[in-house]
Amino acid sequence: MSTASLRSPNGLPGVPGGMLNNFAQWVADVGARTMDWIVGLGSISLFFARTLRWLVIRRPRRETIIWNFYQIGVLSLPVVALTGTFVGMVLAVQSYAQFKMLNLETRLGAVINMSLVRELGPVLAATMLAGRVGSAMAAELGTMRVTEQIDALAVMGADPIHYLVVPRFLACLVLIPALTLVADFMGVVGGYYYSVYLLHIDAYYYLQNSANYVGWFDLFSGTAKTLFFGGAIAVIGCHHGFHCDPGAEGVGRAATYAFVHSFVTILLLDLLLGIGFDALYNVLFPQGPRLI
Amino acid sequence: MTYATEPHVSPTATAAPTDGHVLVEVDHLTVTFGRQMVLRDISIQIRRGETVAILGESGCGKTVFLKTLVALQRPTRGKVLFDGQDLFRLSAAELARERTRMGFVFQNAALFDSMTIGENIAFPLRQHRQLSEDEIQAIVRARVAEVGLPLSVLRKKPGEISGGMRKRVGLARALALEPELMLYDEPTTGLDPIMSDVINELILRTRRQHPVTSIIVTHDMRTATKVCDRIVMLYPLARLKPGESQILYDGPAAEIEKASDRRVIQFVRGEAGERLMEMAREENNHAQSAEESVHG
Ligand SMILES: Nc1ncnc2c1ncn2[C@@H]1O[C@H](COP(=O)(O)OP(=O)(O)O)[C@@H](O)[C@H]1O
Ligand SMILES: [Mg+2]
Repeated sequence: MSTASLRSPNGLPGVPGGMLNNFAQWVADVGARTMDWIVGLGSISLFFARTLRWLVIRRPRRETIIWNFYQIGVLSLPVVALTGTFVGMVLAVQSYAQFKMLNLETRLGAVINMSLVRELGPVLAATMLAGRVGSAMAAELGTMRVTEQIDALAVMGADPIHYLVVPRFLACLVLIPALTLVADFMGVVGGYYYSVYLLHIDAYYYLQNSANYVGWFDLFSGTAKTLFFGGAIAVIGCHHGFHCDPGAEGVGRAATYAFVHSFVTILLLDLLLGIGFDALYNVLFPQGPRLI
Repeated sequence: MTYATEPHVSPTATAAPTDGHVLVEVDHLTVTFGRQMVLRDISIQIRRGETVAILGESGCGKTVFLKTLVALQRPTRGKVLFDGQDLFRLSAAELARERTRMGFVFQNAALFDSMTIGENIAFPLRQHRQLSEDEIQAIVRARVAEVGLPLSVLRKKPGEISGGMRKRVGLARALALEPELMLYDEPTTGLDPIMSDVINELILRTRRQHPVTSIIVTHDMRTATKVCDRIVMLYPLARLKPGESQILYDGPAAEIEKASDRRVIQFVRGEAGERLMEMAREENNHAQSAEESVHG
Protein backbone atom coordinates (compact mmCIF):
# COMPACT_ATOMS: atom_id res chain seq x y z
CA MET A 1 0.00 0.00 0.00
CA SER A 2 1.48 3.31 -0.98
CA THR A 3 1.44 6.30 1.30
CA ALA A 4 -0.02 8.40 -1.47
CA SER A 5 -3.47 6.92 -0.98
CA LEU A 6 -3.33 7.71 2.72
CA ARG A 7 -2.58 11.39 2.20
CA SER A 8 -5.35 13.73 3.17
CA PRO A 9 -6.52 15.86 0.25
CA ASN A 10 -5.18 19.03 1.78
CA GLY A 11 -1.63 18.17 2.15
CA LEU A 12 -0.20 16.69 5.32
CA PRO A 13 1.73 13.76 3.92
CA GLY A 14 1.28 10.42 5.61
CA VAL A 15 -1.44 11.65 7.96
CA PRO A 16 -4.80 9.99 7.31
CA GLY A 17 -7.30 12.70 6.36
CA GLY A 18 -8.85 13.60 9.69
CA MET A 19 -12.29 15.11 9.76
CA LEU A 20 -11.15 17.82 12.09
CA ASN A 21 -8.41 18.72 9.70
CA ASN A 22 -10.85 18.89 6.80
CA PHE A 23 -13.25 20.98 8.79
CA ALA A 24 -10.55 23.44 9.81
CA GLN A 25 -9.53 23.75 6.18
CA TRP A 26 -13.13 24.32 5.18
CA VAL A 27 -13.60 27.06 7.77
CA ALA A 28 -10.39 28.71 6.61
CA ASP A 29 -11.55 28.54 2.99
CA VAL A 30 -14.92 30.04 3.76
CA GLY A 31 -13.26 32.75 5.82
CA ALA A 32 -10.84 33.59 3.02
CA ARG A 33 -13.67 33.67 0.46
CA THR A 34 -15.73 35.96 2.66
CA MET A 35 -12.79 38.29 3.15
CA ASP A 36 -12.18 38.39 -0.61
CA TRP A 37 -15.83 39.23 -1.10
CA ILE A 38 -15.79 42.09 1.36
CA VAL A 39 -12.55 43.47 -0.02
CA GLY A 40 -13.92 43.22 -3.57
CA LEU A 41 -17.13 44.97 -2.61
CA GLY A 42 -15.20 47.75 -0.89
CA SER A 43 -12.90 48.15 -3.88
CA ILE A 44 -15.81 48.41 -6.32
CA SER A 45 -17.64 50.92 -4.11
CA LEU A 46 -14.55 53.09 -4.01
CA PHE A 47 -14.22 52.79 -7.78
CA PHE A 48 -17.85 53.85 -8.19
CA ALA A 49 -17.36 56.82 -5.87
CA ARG A 50 -14.30 57.97 -7.84
CA THR A 51 -16.27 57.65 -11.08
CA LEU A 52 -19.07 59.80 -9.68
CA ARG A 53 -16.55 62.34 -8.45
CA TRP A 54 -14.90 62.71 -11.85
CA LEU A 55 -18.33 62.82 -13.45
CA VAL A 56 -19.19 66.00 -11.57
CA ILE A 57 -15.83 67.77 -11.39
CA ARG A 58 -14.85 67.69 -15.04
CA ARG A 59 -16.68 67.25 -18.30
CA PRO A 60 -15.58 64.14 -20.23
CA ARG A 61 -13.64 64.69 -23.44
CA ARG A 62 -15.80 64.85 -26.51
CA GLU A 63 -13.93 62.24 -28.57
CA THR A 64 -14.19 59.65 -25.80
CA ILE A 65 -17.92 60.29 -25.45
CA ILE A 66 -18.75 59.97 -29.14
CA TRP A 67 -16.77 56.77 -29.58
CA ASN A 68 -18.32 55.08 -26.56
CA PHE A 69 -21.86 56.14 -27.39
CA TYR A 70 -21.41 54.67 -30.83
CA GLN A 71 -19.93 51.42 -29.51
CA ILE A 72 -22.48 50.93 -26.78
CA GLY A 73 -25.63 52.41 -28.33
CA VAL A 74 -25.55 51.99 -32.06
CA LEU A 75 -23.82 48.64 -32.19
CA SER A 76 -26.08 47.12 -29.51
CA LEU A 77 -29.27 48.16 -31.28
CA PRO A 78 -29.70 45.14 -33.59
CA VAL A 79 -29.20 42.48 -30.95
CA VAL A 80 -31.49 44.25 -28.48
CA ALA A 81 -34.21 44.74 -31.08
CA LEU A 82 -33.96 41.12 -32.15
CA THR A 83 -34.19 39.84 -28.59
CA GLY A 84 -37.25 42.03 -27.92
CA THR A 85 -39.08 40.83 -31.02
CA PHE A 86 -38.55 37.19 -30.29
CA VAL A 87 -39.46 37.44 -26.65
CA GLY A 88 -42.75 39.13 -27.60
CA MET A 89 -43.55 36.31 -30.00
CA VAL A 90 -42.48 33.56 -27.61
CA LEU A 91 -44.72 34.99 -24.90
CA ALA A 92 -47.66 34.76 -27.29
CA VAL A 93 -46.83 31.17 -28.16
CA GLN A 94 -46.41 30.06 -24.56
CA SER A 95 -49.46 31.75 -23.03
CA TYR A 96 -51.94 31.15 -25.83
CA ALA A 97 -53.03 27.61 -24.89
CA GLN A 98 -53.84 28.51 -21.28
CA PHE A 99 -55.82 31.61 -22.15
CA LYS A 100 -57.63 29.84 -24.96
CA MET A 101 -58.89 27.24 -22.49
CA LEU A 102 -60.45 30.01 -20.42
CA ASN A 103 -61.69 31.77 -23.55
CA LEU A 104 -59.65 34.80 -22.54
CA GLU A 105 -57.32 34.97 -25.50
CA THR A 106 -57.89 38.70 -26.03
CA ARG A 107 -56.34 39.20 -22.60
CA LEU A 108 -53.10 37.93 -24.11
CA GLY A 109 -52.23 41.49 -25.10
CA ALA A 110 -52.39 42.62 -21.49
CA VAL A 111 -50.20 39.79 -20.25
CA ILE A 112 -47.60 39.99 -23.00
CA ASN A 113 -47.22 43.73 -22.88
CA MET A 114 -47.23 43.92 -19.11
CA SER A 115 -44.50 41.30 -18.80
CA LEU A 116 -42.48 42.99 -21.49
CA VAL A 117 -42.67 46.50 -20.20
CA ARG A 118 -42.18 45.73 -16.54
CA GLU A 119 -39.75 42.84 -16.55
CA LEU A 120 -38.58 41.15 -19.68
CA GLY A 121 -37.72 44.21 -21.75
CA PRO A 122 -35.54 45.82 -19.07
CA VAL A 123 -33.90 42.63 -17.82
CA LEU A 124 -33.22 41.19 -21.25
CA ALA A 125 -31.89 44.47 -22.64
CA ALA A 126 -29.61 44.72 -19.60
CA THR A 127 -28.49 41.13 -19.99
CA MET A 128 -27.67 41.64 -23.65
CA LEU A 129 -25.78 44.79 -22.74
CA ALA A 130 -23.87 42.99 -19.99
CA GLY A 131 -22.88 40.27 -22.44
CA ARG A 132 -22.05 42.53 -25.35
CA VAL A 133 -20.76 45.64 -23.68
CA GLY A 134 -19.81 44.75 -20.09
CA SER A 135 -17.45 41.95 -20.99
CA ALA A 136 -16.05 43.94 -23.93
CA MET A 137 -15.25 46.82 -21.58
CA ALA A 138 -13.52 44.45 -19.17
CA ALA A 139 -11.49 42.86 -21.97
CA GLU A 140 -10.54 46.20 -23.50
CA LEU A 141 -9.57 47.92 -20.27
CA GLY A 142 -7.95 44.69 -19.07
CA THR A 143 -5.74 44.66 -22.15
CA MET A 144 -4.90 48.29 -21.49
CA ARG A 145 -3.99 47.43 -17.90
CA VAL A 146 -1.82 44.47 -18.91
CA THR A 147 0.01 46.42 -21.61
CA GLU A 148 0.53 49.36 -19.20
CA GLN A 149 -1.61 51.74 -21.26
CA ILE A 150 -3.56 52.69 -18.14
CA ASP A 151 -0.29 53.53 -16.38
CA ALA A 152 0.75 55.51 -19.45
CA LEU A 153 -2.44 57.58 -19.26
CA ALA A 154 -1.78 58.33 -15.62
CA VAL A 155 1.85 59.41 -16.08
CA MET A 156 0.81 61.67 -18.92
CA GLY A 157 -1.54 63.43 -16.55
CA ALA A 158 -4.85 62.01 -17.82
CA ASP A 159 -6.77 60.41 -14.99
CA PRO A 160 -7.68 56.91 -16.21
CA ILE A 161 -11.05 56.99 -14.45
CA HIS A 162 -11.94 60.29 -16.03
CA TYR A 163 -10.63 59.29 -19.41
CA LEU A 164 -11.80 55.68 -19.64
CA VAL A 165 -14.52 54.98 -17.10
CA VAL A 166 -16.64 58.14 -17.05
CA PRO A 167 -17.55 58.05 -20.77
CA ARG A 168 -18.44 54.34 -20.58
CA PHE A 169 -20.50 54.91 -17.45
CA LEU A 170 -22.35 57.81 -19.04
CA ALA A 171 -22.97 55.92 -22.25
CA CYS A 172 -24.43 52.94 -20.39
CA LEU A 173 -26.53 55.15 -18.16
CA VAL A 174 -28.00 57.22 -20.98
CA LEU A 175 -28.36 54.53 -23.59
CA ILE A 176 -29.78 51.63 -21.63
CA PRO A 177 -33.22 53.23 -21.14
CA ALA A 178 -33.29 53.96 -24.84
CA LEU A 179 -32.29 50.41 -25.71
CA THR A 180 -34.90 49.10 -23.29
CA LEU A 181 -37.60 51.16 -24.97
CA VAL A 182 -36.51 49.68 -28.28
CA ALA A 183 -36.70 46.16 -26.84
CA ASP A 184 -40.15 46.92 -25.35
CA PHE A 185 -41.41 48.32 -28.61
CA MET A 186 -40.12 45.46 -30.71
CA GLY A 187 -41.56 42.98 -28.20
CA VAL A 188 -44.97 44.64 -28.32
CA VAL A 189 -44.87 44.58 -32.10
CA GLY A 190 -43.69 40.95 -32.17
CA GLY A 191 -46.36 39.84 -29.71
CA TYR A 192 -49.06 41.74 -31.60
CA TYR A 193 -47.98 40.33 -34.91
CA TYR A 194 -47.94 36.75 -33.66
CA SER A 195 -51.23 37.03 -31.78
CA VAL A 196 -53.21 38.85 -34.44
CA TYR A 197 -51.85 37.39 -37.64
CA LEU A 198 -50.87 33.88 -36.65
CA LEU A 199 -53.19 33.11 -33.73
CA HIS A 200 -56.05 35.18 -35.20
CA ILE A 201 -56.92 37.00 -32.01
CA ASP A 202 -59.18 40.00 -32.45
CA ALA A 203 -56.92 43.03 -32.87
CA TYR A 204 -59.33 45.56 -31.37
CA TYR A 205 -59.82 43.72 -28.07
CA TYR A 206 -56.17 42.75 -27.95
CA LEU A 207 -55.18 46.40 -27.99
CA GLN A 208 -58.05 47.50 -25.81
CA ASN A 209 -57.09 45.07 -23.05
CA SER A 210 -53.46 46.06 -23.27
CA ALA A 211 -54.32 49.74 -22.99
CA ASN A 212 -56.57 49.14 -20.00
CA TYR A 213 -54.09 47.06 -18.16
CA VAL A 214 -50.65 48.50 -18.87
CA GLY A 215 -50.22 51.98 -17.41
CA TRP A 216 -47.61 54.69 -17.66
CA PHE A 217 -46.31 53.74 -14.26
CA ASP A 218 -45.40 50.28 -15.58
CA LEU A 219 -43.45 51.77 -18.41
CA PHE A 220 -41.80 54.26 -16.08
CA SER A 221 -40.82 51.73 -13.43
CA GLY A 222 -39.54 49.29 -16.03
CA THR A 223 -37.38 51.90 -17.71
CA ALA A 224 -36.19 53.60 -14.54
CA LYS A 225 -34.84 50.30 -13.26
CA THR A 226 -32.50 50.07 -16.22
CA LEU A 227 -30.60 53.17 -15.11
CA PHE A 228 -29.35 51.10 -12.19
CA PHE A 229 -28.63 48.12 -14.42
CA GLY A 230 -26.67 50.29 -16.85
CA GLY A 231 -24.63 51.90 -14.10
CA ALA A 232 -23.87 48.49 -12.60
CA ILE A 233 -22.79 47.03 -15.94
CA ALA A 234 -20.37 49.89 -16.60
CA VAL A 235 -18.88 50.00 -13.11
CA ILE A 236 -18.48 46.23 -12.83
CA GLY A 237 -17.06 45.86 -16.35
CA CYS A 238 -14.57 48.71 -15.93
CA HIS A 239 -13.59 47.59 -12.44
CA HIS A 240 -12.76 44.09 -13.66
CA GLY A 241 -10.74 45.59 -16.51
CA PHE A 242 -8.80 47.92 -14.20
CA HIS A 243 -7.94 45.10 -11.81
CA CYS A 244 -7.11 42.55 -14.44
CA ASP A 245 -4.44 39.91 -13.72
CA PRO A 246 -1.46 39.80 -16.08
CA GLY A 247 -1.56 37.88 -19.32
CA ALA A 248 -4.17 36.74 -21.81
CA GLU A 249 -5.65 34.48 -19.17
CA GLY A 250 -6.23 37.45 -16.86
CA VAL A 251 -8.01 39.36 -19.61
CA GLY A 252 -10.24 36.38 -20.39
CA ARG A 253 -11.10 35.96 -16.75
CA ALA A 254 -11.90 39.66 -16.38
CA ALA A 255 -14.32 39.47 -19.31
CA THR A 256 -16.06 36.36 -17.99
CA TYR A 257 -16.42 37.65 -14.46
CA ALA A 258 -17.61 41.02 -15.71
CA PHE A 259 -20.55 39.27 -17.31
CA VAL A 260 -21.27 36.88 -14.46
CA HIS A 261 -21.11 39.56 -11.79
CA SER A 262 -23.14 42.04 -13.84
CA PHE A 263 -25.79 39.42 -14.45
CA VAL A 264 -26.11 38.49 -10.79
CA THR A 265 -26.19 42.17 -9.86
CA ILE A 266 -28.92 42.84 -12.43
CA LEU A 267 -31.10 40.07 -10.97
CA LEU A 268 -30.51 41.26 -7.44
CA LEU A 269 -31.21 44.90 -8.30
CA ASP A 270 -34.30 43.82 -10.23
CA LEU A 271 -35.73 42.16 -7.15
CA LEU A 272 -34.89 45.06 -4.83
CA LEU A 273 -36.13 47.69 -7.27
CA GLY A 274 -39.26 45.64 -7.94
CA ILE A 275 -40.06 45.74 -4.24
CA GLY A 276 -39.19 49.44 -4.09
CA PHE A 277 -41.35 50.43 -7.05
CA ASP A 278 -44.21 48.35 -5.75
CA ALA A 279 -44.12 50.28 -2.50
CA LEU A 280 -43.95 53.54 -4.44
CA TYR A 281 -46.95 52.49 -6.50
CA ASN A 282 -48.99 51.79 -3.38
CA VAL A 283 -48.15 55.23 -2.06
CA LEU A 284 -49.00 56.98 -5.33
CA PHE A 285 -52.14 55.00 -6.13
CA PRO A 286 -53.59 53.84 -2.81
CA GLN A 287 -56.80 52.65 -4.49
CA GLY A 288 -54.85 49.53 -5.38
CA PRO A 289 -54.23 47.56 -8.53
CA ARG A 290 -56.67 47.85 -11.37
CA LEU A 291 -58.36 45.04 -13.26
CA ILE A 292 -58.50 41.30 -12.62
CA MET B 1 29.60 51.83 -0.84
CA THR B 2 27.15 54.70 -1.16
CA TYR B 3 27.45 57.09 -3.98
CA ALA B 4 26.78 60.09 -1.81
CA THR B 5 30.04 59.73 0.07
CA GLU B 6 32.08 58.70 -2.93
CA PRO B 7 31.92 61.23 -5.78
CA HIS B 8 33.67 59.73 -8.72
CA VAL B 9 35.67 60.98 -11.65
CA SER B 10 35.25 58.36 -14.26
CA PRO B 11 37.77 58.24 -17.08
CA THR B 12 35.56 56.68 -19.76
CA ALA B 13 31.92 57.57 -19.25
CA THR B 14 30.97 61.14 -20.03
CA ALA B 15 31.10 62.97 -16.75
CA ALA B 16 27.67 63.79 -15.39
CA PRO B 17 26.99 67.53 -15.68
CA THR B 18 25.37 67.53 -12.27
CA ASP B 19 24.95 70.63 -10.16
CA GLY B 20 24.54 68.59 -7.00
CA HIS B 21 20.81 69.28 -6.65
CA VAL B 22 19.00 66.10 -5.58
CA LEU B 23 16.14 65.57 -8.03
CA VAL B 24 14.96 62.17 -6.84
CA GLU B 25 15.31 60.98 -3.29
CA VAL B 26 14.31 57.48 -2.33
CA ASP B 27 14.19 57.12 1.42
CA HIS B 28 13.95 53.68 3.06
CA LEU B 29 11.53 52.48 0.40
CA THR B 30 9.76 49.18 1.02
CA VAL B 31 7.09 47.70 -1.24
CA THR B 32 5.11 44.57 -0.53
CA PHE B 33 2.31 42.86 -2.43
CA GLY B 34 0.23 40.87 0.00
CA ARG B 35 2.78 38.68 1.76
CA GLN B 36 5.45 39.07 -0.92
CA MET B 37 8.04 41.76 -0.24
CA VAL B 38 9.58 43.05 -3.45
CA LEU B 39 11.66 46.03 -2.36
CA ARG B 40 13.19 46.35 1.10
CA ASP B 41 14.56 49.47 2.67
CA ILE B 42 16.03 51.08 -0.43
CA SER B 43 17.65 54.49 -0.18
CA ILE B 44 19.08 56.24 -3.23
CA GLN B 45 19.66 59.86 -4.16
CA ILE B 46 19.77 60.91 -7.77
CA ARG B 47 21.19 64.28 -8.69
CA ARG B 48 20.11 66.51 -11.50
CA GLY B 49 21.96 65.66 -14.71
CA GLU B 50 22.93 62.13 -13.74
CA THR B 51 22.20 59.07 -15.86
CA VAL B 52 21.71 56.10 -13.59
CA ALA B 53 21.21 52.46 -14.50
CA ILE B 54 19.09 50.34 -12.18
CA LEU B 55 20.51 46.94 -12.90
CA GLY B 56 19.17 43.59 -11.83
CA GLU B 57 17.83 40.28 -12.96
CA SER B 58 14.21 39.77 -14.01
CA GLY B 59 11.69 39.83 -11.21
CA CYS B 60 13.89 41.65 -8.69
CA GLY B 61 11.51 44.61 -8.60
CA LYS B 62 13.00 47.09 -11.07
CA THR B 63 9.70 48.01 -12.69
CA VAL B 64 8.04 48.35 -9.32
CA PHE B 65 10.88 50.64 -8.25
CA LEU B 66 10.48 52.83 -11.33
CA LYS B 67 6.73 53.04 -10.80
CA THR B 68 7.12 54.28 -7.27
CA LEU B 69 9.11 57.23 -8.63
CA VAL B 70 6.12 58.49 -10.65
CA ALA B 71 3.56 57.58 -7.99
CA LEU B 72 2.05 54.73 -10.00
CA GLN B 73 2.94 52.42 -7.12
CA ARG B 74 2.45 53.44 -3.52
CA PRO B 75 5.34 52.64 -1.15
CA THR B 76 4.36 50.31 1.66
CA ARG B 77 6.89 52.05 3.88
CA GLY B 78 9.36 54.88 3.37
CA LYS B 79 8.97 57.65 0.85
CA VAL B 80 10.00 58.92 -2.53
CA LEU B 81 10.61 62.61 -3.10
CA PHE B 82 10.67 64.26 -6.50
CA ASP B 83 12.38 67.63 -6.35
CA GLY B 84 11.73 67.64 -2.61
CA GLN B 85 8.01 66.80 -2.79
CA ASP B 86 6.18 63.64 -1.87
CA LEU B 87 3.99 63.03 -4.93
CA PHE B 88 1.41 61.14 -2.87
CA ARG B 89 0.72 64.27 -0.84
CA LEU B 90 -0.21 66.36 -3.88
CA SER B 91 -3.70 67.00 -5.21
CA ALA B 92 -4.67 65.36 -8.50
CA ALA B 93 -4.01 68.58 -10.42
CA GLU B 94 -0.64 69.19 -8.77
CA LEU B 95 0.38 65.58 -9.38
CA ALA B 96 -0.55 65.88 -13.06
CA ARG B 97 1.56 69.04 -13.29
CA GLU B 98 4.58 67.45 -11.65
CA ARG B 99 4.25 64.46 -13.93
CA THR B 100 4.65 66.71 -16.96
CA ARG B 101 8.23 67.13 -15.75
CA MET B 102 8.80 63.40 -16.20
CA GLY B 103 8.81 61.16 -19.25
CA PHE B 104 8.21 57.43 -18.85
CA VAL B 105 9.25 54.98 -21.57
CA PHE B 106 7.37 51.76 -20.87
CA GLN B 107 8.87 48.34 -21.45
CA ASN B 108 6.59 47.49 -24.36
CA ALA B 109 6.01 51.14 -25.23
CA ALA B 110 2.40 51.08 -23.94
CA LEU B 111 1.16 53.01 -26.98
CA PHE B 112 -2.60 53.54 -27.07
CA ASP B 113 -3.74 51.09 -29.69
CA SER B 114 -6.92 52.95 -30.45
CA MET B 115 -4.91 55.96 -31.66
CA THR B 116 -2.49 56.51 -34.52
CA ILE B 117 1.19 57.05 -33.83
CA GLY B 118 0.73 60.78 -34.46
CA GLU B 119 -2.11 60.99 -31.94
CA ASN B 120 -0.07 59.04 -29.43
CA ILE B 121 2.79 61.52 -29.57
CA ALA B 122 0.41 64.46 -29.54
CA PHE B 123 -1.48 63.09 -26.53
CA PRO B 124 0.61 64.71 -23.75
CA LEU B 125 0.68 67.98 -25.69
CA ARG B 126 -3.09 68.10 -26.03
CA GLN B 127 -3.41 67.13 -22.40
CA HIS B 128 -1.20 69.87 -20.99
CA ARG B 129 -0.41 72.62 -23.48
CA GLN B 130 -2.75 75.11 -25.06
CA LEU B 131 -1.32 74.87 -28.56
CA SER B 132 -2.80 75.28 -32.00
CA GLU B 133 -3.12 72.20 -34.18
CA ASP B 134 -0.24 73.42 -36.38
CA GLU B 135 2.07 73.85 -33.42
CA ILE B 136 1.20 70.38 -32.15
CA GLN B 137 1.87 68.82 -35.54
CA ALA B 138 5.20 70.65 -35.78
CA ILE B 139 6.32 69.28 -32.42
CA VAL B 140 5.12 65.77 -33.30
CA ARG B 141 7.10 65.85 -36.55
CA ALA B 142 10.20 67.12 -34.77
CA ARG B 143 9.98 64.35 -32.18
CA VAL B 144 9.50 61.66 -34.79
CA ALA B 145 12.51 62.94 -36.72
CA GLU B 146 14.51 63.03 -33.50
CA VAL B 147 14.02 59.30 -32.93
CA GLY B 148 14.85 58.62 -36.56
CA LEU B 149 11.48 57.49 -37.89
CA PRO B 150 9.95 58.47 -41.23
CA LEU B 151 6.93 60.79 -41.15
CA SER B 152 4.87 58.07 -42.81
CA VAL B 153 4.54 56.23 -39.47
CA LEU B 154 2.40 59.03 -38.08
CA ARG B 155 -0.77 57.71 -39.67
CA LYS B 156 -0.18 54.10 -38.72
CA LYS B 157 -1.63 52.31 -35.71
CA PRO B 158 0.75 50.79 -33.11
CA GLY B 159 -0.19 47.29 -34.27
CA GLU B 160 1.19 47.99 -37.74
CA ILE B 161 4.79 48.77 -36.82
CA SER B 162 7.66 46.70 -35.45
CA GLY B 163 8.68 46.41 -31.80
CA GLY B 164 11.77 48.55 -32.29
CA MET B 165 9.73 51.28 -33.95
CA ARG B 166 7.16 51.13 -31.18
CA LYS B 167 9.89 51.66 -28.61
CA ARG B 168 11.13 54.69 -30.50
CA VAL B 169 7.59 56.08 -30.69
CA GLY B 170 7.31 55.52 -26.94
CA LEU B 171 10.50 57.53 -26.54
CA ALA B 172 9.19 60.29 -28.81
CA ARG B 173 5.96 60.45 -26.79
CA ALA B 174 7.84 60.61 -23.50
CA LEU B 175 9.97 63.45 -24.89
CA ALA B 176 7.01 65.44 -26.18
CA LEU B 177 6.81 67.76 -23.18
CA GLU B 178 10.61 68.08 -22.83
CA PRO B 179 10.72 66.53 -19.37
CA GLU B 180 13.50 67.03 -16.82
CA LEU B 181 13.49 63.40 -15.73
CA MET B 182 13.40 60.50 -18.15
CA LEU B 183 12.55 57.02 -16.89
CA TYR B 184 13.22 54.05 -19.13
CA ASP B 185 11.90 50.55 -18.35
CA GLU B 186 14.12 48.02 -20.11
CA PRO B 187 14.57 50.09 -23.26
CA THR B 188 16.52 47.43 -25.15
CA THR B 189 14.90 44.21 -23.92
CA GLY B 190 13.51 42.10 -26.74
CA LEU B 191 15.31 44.00 -29.49
CA ASP B 192 18.01 42.71 -31.82
CA PRO B 193 21.57 43.92 -31.12
CA ILE B 194 21.49 46.56 -33.84
CA MET B 195 18.19 48.03 -32.69
CA SER B 196 19.44 47.89 -29.10
CA ASP B 197 22.40 50.00 -30.08
CA VAL B 198 20.14 52.43 -31.93
CA ILE B 199 18.13 52.86 -28.74
CA ASN B 200 21.32 53.33 -26.70
CA GLU B 201 22.44 56.02 -29.12
CA LEU B 202 19.04 57.71 -28.93
CA ILE B 203 19.22 57.80 -25.15
CA LEU B 204 22.70 59.32 -25.37
CA ARG B 205 21.55 61.84 -27.94
CA THR B 206 18.54 62.80 -25.84
CA ARG B 207 20.95 63.43 -23.02
CA ARG B 208 23.13 65.66 -25.15
CA GLN B 209 20.27 67.65 -26.64
CA HIS B 210 18.14 68.16 -23.55
CA PRO B 211 19.31 68.82 -20.01
CA VAL B 212 17.76 65.65 -18.58
CA THR B 213 18.27 63.35 -15.67
CA SER B 214 17.75 59.75 -16.69
CA ILE B 215 16.99 56.55 -14.80
CA ILE B 216 17.33 53.46 -16.92
CA VAL B 217 16.05 50.14 -15.64
CA THR B 218 17.77 47.35 -17.51
CA HIS B 219 19.48 44.01 -17.36
CA ASP B 220 21.52 44.83 -20.45
CA MET B 221 25.15 45.44 -19.43
CA ARG B 222 25.90 47.23 -22.67
CA THR B 223 23.23 49.83 -22.02
CA ALA B 224 24.38 50.24 -18.44
CA THR B 225 28.04 50.79 -19.30
CA LYS B 226 27.62 52.67 -22.55
CA VAL B 227 24.90 55.10 -21.58
CA CYS B 228 25.07 55.55 -17.82
CA ASP B 229 27.51 57.23 -15.45
CA ARG B 230 26.33 55.36 -12.42
CA ILE B 231 24.97 51.90 -11.75
CA VAL B 232 22.75 50.78 -8.90
CA MET B 233 22.41 47.04 -8.78
CA LEU B 234 19.41 45.44 -7.08
CA TYR B 235 19.18 41.81 -6.06
CA PRO B 236 16.05 39.67 -5.66
CA LEU B 237 14.98 39.68 -2.02
CA ALA B 238 14.32 35.96 -2.01
CA ARG B 239 18.04 35.30 -2.52
CA LEU B 240 19.26 37.68 0.16
CA LYS B 241 20.03 36.94 3.78
CA PRO B 242 17.69 38.73 6.23
CA GLY B 243 19.91 41.66 7.17
CA GLU B 244 21.57 42.25 3.80
CA SER B 245 21.04 45.39 1.75
CA GLN B 246 19.12 44.87 -1.47
CA ILE B 247 21.52 47.24 -3.23
CA LEU B 248 24.60 45.19 -4.10
CA TYR B 249 26.44 47.95 -5.93
CA ASP B 250 26.05 51.70 -6.16
CA GLY B 251 28.85 53.47 -7.90
CA PRO B 252 30.45 54.57 -11.14
CA ALA B 253 29.49 52.56 -14.18
CA ALA B 254 33.09 52.26 -15.27
CA GLU B 255 34.13 50.58 -12.06
CA ILE B 256 31.50 47.90 -11.71
CA GLU B 257 33.97 45.29 -12.99
CA LYS B 258 36.06 46.00 -9.90
CA ALA B 259 33.21 45.41 -7.47
CA SER B 260 34.09 43.25 -4.49
CA ASP B 261 30.78 41.36 -4.36
CA ARG B 262 30.96 38.10 -6.30
CA ARG B 263 27.25 38.29 -7.22
CA VAL B 264 27.82 41.62 -8.98
CA ILE B 265 30.68 40.21 -11.01
CA GLN B 266 28.62 37.17 -11.93
CA PHE B 267 25.85 39.42 -13.22
CA VAL B 268 28.26 41.60 -15.19
CA ARG B 269 29.85 38.58 -16.84
CA GLY B 270 26.56 36.73 -17.23
CA GLU B 271 27.58 33.64 -15.28
CA ALA B 272 25.02 31.33 -13.73
CA GLY B 273 27.37 30.52 -10.81
CA GLU B 274 25.70 28.72 -7.94
CA ARG B 275 22.38 28.79 -9.77
CA LEU B 276 23.56 25.71 -11.66
CA MET B 277 24.19 23.92 -8.41
CA GLU B 278 20.78 24.97 -7.13
CA MET B 279 19.20 23.58 -10.27
CA ALA B 280 21.00 20.30 -9.85
CA ARG B 281 19.86 20.15 -6.24
CA GLU B 282 16.25 20.82 -7.24
CA GLU B 283 16.41 18.12 -9.86
CA ASN B 284 17.75 15.71 -7.28
CA ASN B 285 14.96 16.54 -4.87
CA HIS B 286 12.34 15.96 -7.52
CA ALA B 287 13.86 12.65 -8.52
CA GLN B 288 13.98 11.57 -4.89
CA SER B 289 10.40 12.50 -4.09
CA ALA B 290 9.23 10.80 -7.26
CA GLU B 291 11.06 7.66 -6.20
CA GLU B 292 9.55 7.82 -2.73
CA SER B 293 6.02 8.05 -4.02
CA VAL B 294 6.58 4.95 -6.12
CA HIS B 295 8.30 2.78 -3.56
CA GLY B 296 7.29 4.42 -0.29
N1 LIG C 1 0.75 44.79 -9.08
C1 LIG C 1 1.39 43.72 -8.58
N2 LIG C 1 0.75 42.87 -7.76
C2 LIG C 1 1.38 41.80 -7.24
N3 LIG C 1 2.66 41.49 -7.48
C3 LIG C 1 3.37 42.30 -8.28
C4 LIG C 1 2.78 43.46 -8.87
N4 LIG C 1 3.72 44.09 -9.62
C5 LIG C 1 4.84 43.35 -9.50
N5 LIG C 1 4.64 42.28 -8.70
C6 LIG C 1 5.64 41.29 -8.33
O1 LIG C 1 6.82 41.96 -7.97
C7 LIG C 1 7.96 41.27 -8.43
C8 LIG C 1 8.88 42.19 -9.18
O2 LIG C 1 8.26 42.61 -10.36
P1 LIG C 1 8.93 43.61 -11.39
O3 LIG C 1 9.22 44.90 -10.73
O4 LIG C 1 8.03 43.67 -12.57
O5 LIG C 1 10.28 42.88 -11.78
P2 LIG C 1 11.37 43.32 -12.86
O6 LIG C 1 12.61 43.54 -12.09
O7 LIG C 1 11.50 42.16 -13.79
O8 LIG C 1 10.86 44.54 -13.55
C9 LIG C 1 7.45 40.11 -9.27
O9 LIG C 1 7.60 38.94 -8.51
C10 LIG C 1 6.01 40.41 -9.49
O10 LIG C 1 5.27 39.22 -9.48
MG1 LIG D 1 10.21 44.87 -15.47
